[in-house]
Amino acid sequence: MELDFGPAVRDFRDELRDWLAEHLMGEFAEHRGVGGPTDGAAWEVRLAWDRELAAGNWLGVGWPREYGGRGLGLLEEIVFEYEYARANAPYRATGNALDLLGPMLLAMGSEAQKKRFLPPILSVEELWGQGFSEPGAGSDLASVRTRAERDDGGTSFEGTSRPIGVESGGEWVVNGQKVWTSFGIHADWLYVLTRTDPDSRRHKGLTMLLVPADQPGVEIRSIRNLAGQDEFAEVFLSDARTDADMVVGEVGQGWRTAMATLGIERGTTLLPQQLAFEREAEALIGLARERGALDDPMLRRRIVDAWISVRIMRTTNLRTIAELTAGRAPGPQATTAKLYASTRHQQLGHLAMELAGPAGQIVDEDYALDTRQRSFLLSLAETIYGGSSEIQRNIIGEQVLGLPKEPRP
Amino acid sequence: MDLTFSEEQDELRKVVRSFLTKHATEADVRRLAADPTGYDPVVWRRMATEIGLQGLAVPEKYGGSGFGYVDLGVVFEETGRALLCAPYFATVALAAETLLRCDDERARGDLLPGMASGETVATLALTEENGRWDEAGIRLTAHDKAGGWRLTGVKTYVLDGHLADLLLVAARTPSGISLFAVEAEAPGLARTPLPTLDQTRKQARVEFTNTPARLLGPEGAAWPALERTLATASVLLAAEQVGGAAAALDAAVEYARIREQYGRPIGSFQGIKHKCADMLVEIESARSAAYGGLWALDAGDETETAISAALAQAFCSEAFTKVAGDNIQVHGGIGFTWEHLAHLYLKRAKSSEVLLGTPSYHRELLAARLGI
Repeated sequence: MELDFGPAVRDFRDELRDWLAEHLMGEFAEHRGVGGPTDGAAWEVRLAWDRELAAGNWLGVGWPREYGGRGLGLLEEIVFEYEYARANAPYRATGNALDLLGPMLLAMGSEAQKKRFLPPILSVEELWGQGFSEPGAGSDLASVRTRAERDDGGTSFEGTSRPIGVESGGEWVVNGQKVWTSFGIHADWLYVLTRTDPDSRRHKGLTMLLVPADQPGVEIRSIRNLAGQDEFAEVFLSDARTDADMVVGEVGQGWRTAMATLGIERGTTLLPQQLAFEREAEALIGLARERGALDDPMLRRRIVDAWISVRIMRTTNLRTIAELTAGRAPGPQATTAKLYASTRHQQLGHLAMELAGPAGQIVDEDYALDTRQRSFLLSLAETIYGGSSEIQRNIIGEQVLGLPKEPRP
Repeated sequence: MDLTFSEEQDELRKVVRSFLTKHATEADVRRLAADPTGYDPVVWRRMATEIGLQGLAVPEKYGGSGFGYVDLGVVFEETGRALLCAPYFATVALAAETLLRCDDERARGDLLPGMASGETVATLALTEENGRWDEAGIRLTAHDKAGGWRLTGVKTYVLDGHLADLLLVAARTPSGISLFAVEAEAPGLARTPLPTLDQTRKQARVEFTNTPARLLGPEGAAWPALERTLATASVLLAAEQVGGAAAALDAAVEYARIREQYGRPIGSFQGIKHKCADMLVEIESARSAAYGGLWALDAGDETETAISAALAQAFCSEAFTKVAGDNIQVHGGIGFTWEHLAHLYLKRAKSSEVLLGTPSYHRELLAARLGI
């Protein structure tokens, strides 16, 4: 099944295909298919590739022109993701700002925030880290403890120069710890969910703040993931400061801002990932053929099931895209897709390792992993990030099926 | 290609559901399950005359309404949901599709209008004692004698074979697999209803002894047409399985909302809630499998249809059985009784799983079609 949305979109697609064919060369081509939301491999090349994309004005296809985007619609965004994945281009290093922060600012940011922050995202001049999770609050975001207090003396802002340049008459002082910040070690800025009302509980009294990372109050340490990569970071905030007008949305309404952001994440962003899974399944069939594994009835069955899984992921995604582009609210499959894809991708990883056999035990110098090893290990994160599978099941049970909530203590 | 349901298709779903809510109630299902005939001719007639279900996807020139396969899939989802007891799958998904695919314009003109109008109940007699759905499984022979073709042999597991007015029979001739039409009153035809595990769908053993038959299409050329028919029927059965699974989940969720244990609704316990969520994941994935097949059929893409049909049967069969089994678990002890509907869905699921070949068989078909 090919996506086709008519002549105008076809022109856009052709332009993109030509551009990718022309620019996905040399070092970039060698790193085709590298990366994923939790894959820290080939960071420098991927960052350079993002800058190449930025130079071609391909980042923010759907963002308004005044902030550096192309001002196109949902169809073009989908086609972009689809063609991008089809070309097997490296996973974008700045995905976090493009897929989460940018859309969040577009939806809930002030005009000054949009003008100040969106263009440098699209030109890859400023990198962002997400500060939602905490050591004591993984999936349970409402138990955030990082505190932010107003300091209206406003004397000690020592970060970069006033970020927006408007005299706002005050600052926020932030204290706490964040963790699992993807690629946080590279961040120039953080978007941080904080508790601004010390007496508040759960999702009340939270505020979303934009905090400069380059200041004495911010310390970022990388944490190695199980694949041996410096993929995520822990962030220590000790009297870190940010300007009063760095609140996204309203003070005390941070929960709404965060939820809107995560809602965006679960939209069309699954598409490129699933095309990558399809490619993995195809490669796996090739490997199985090479190893003569297709004659083994047990393996053969698992291989066919792997193919079935990726095909179902694709169709599920096309259903959601079709509903979105028809202006309809997506059906329940939009909510079940992540659980299905993450579970099935892990099975694919196990199968790949089994097919690799003893060769799968050997890694390169400096614990450099091959595609299959990386995919197998990193797939373990897919049932944790973006809401763990257990949380997904609660969401499906309560929000889609209407089952009663668990009594809260 | 439009991958969403149109407003007209949503409307069709409403109409069919409302009809079945009235005419295929739990009481009807239980009554007909216990009845050897297994269907209500009055309801059958109303399905045809009031909403035109039998002729929905039959082209207009043969007396149908000429709708597409996505539309027909909507109907099968609903008949599956309601556990409709009627020779609908046999007539529409098997017999009408066989005629549409075999190269015999005259036979189509003769036989399809009766099926579309609800006057003719028809079926496809393909499987034999070996239970196989492939070409090699067909052993029954046809002989060309003075006065026409005659069939001799046995077909079994024939859906609604004891009550069909018309049987389309796959038989072997010296030139290969050929297709024949046999009238219910034909001499030398003996039909025995088989007591079925799934009482909502009847099967029969059909014995042919020098039975006169009408050759459909060119002699020896029927297998490709039958293979395409089976692919189409596989997709439609998958749609029916999705509907059945969705009904089983609805029942589980409804029960989990009201049934209290330890002072609160059981649906508030994660053990039950997560089971229900997993049931929905299965169902939505099965929907994708079935809808992918329907889209391929409407696009007229034969390669894609063959692939997605095998995929749909491999996946949807197991999904329905899993969900129907989980529904019994959510219901606990009451779900294990004859009085509760849950077992009827489980039995329908298990019998649908093998109706057109087992999931393992379809995985092999898929592998072959993909060149794996």
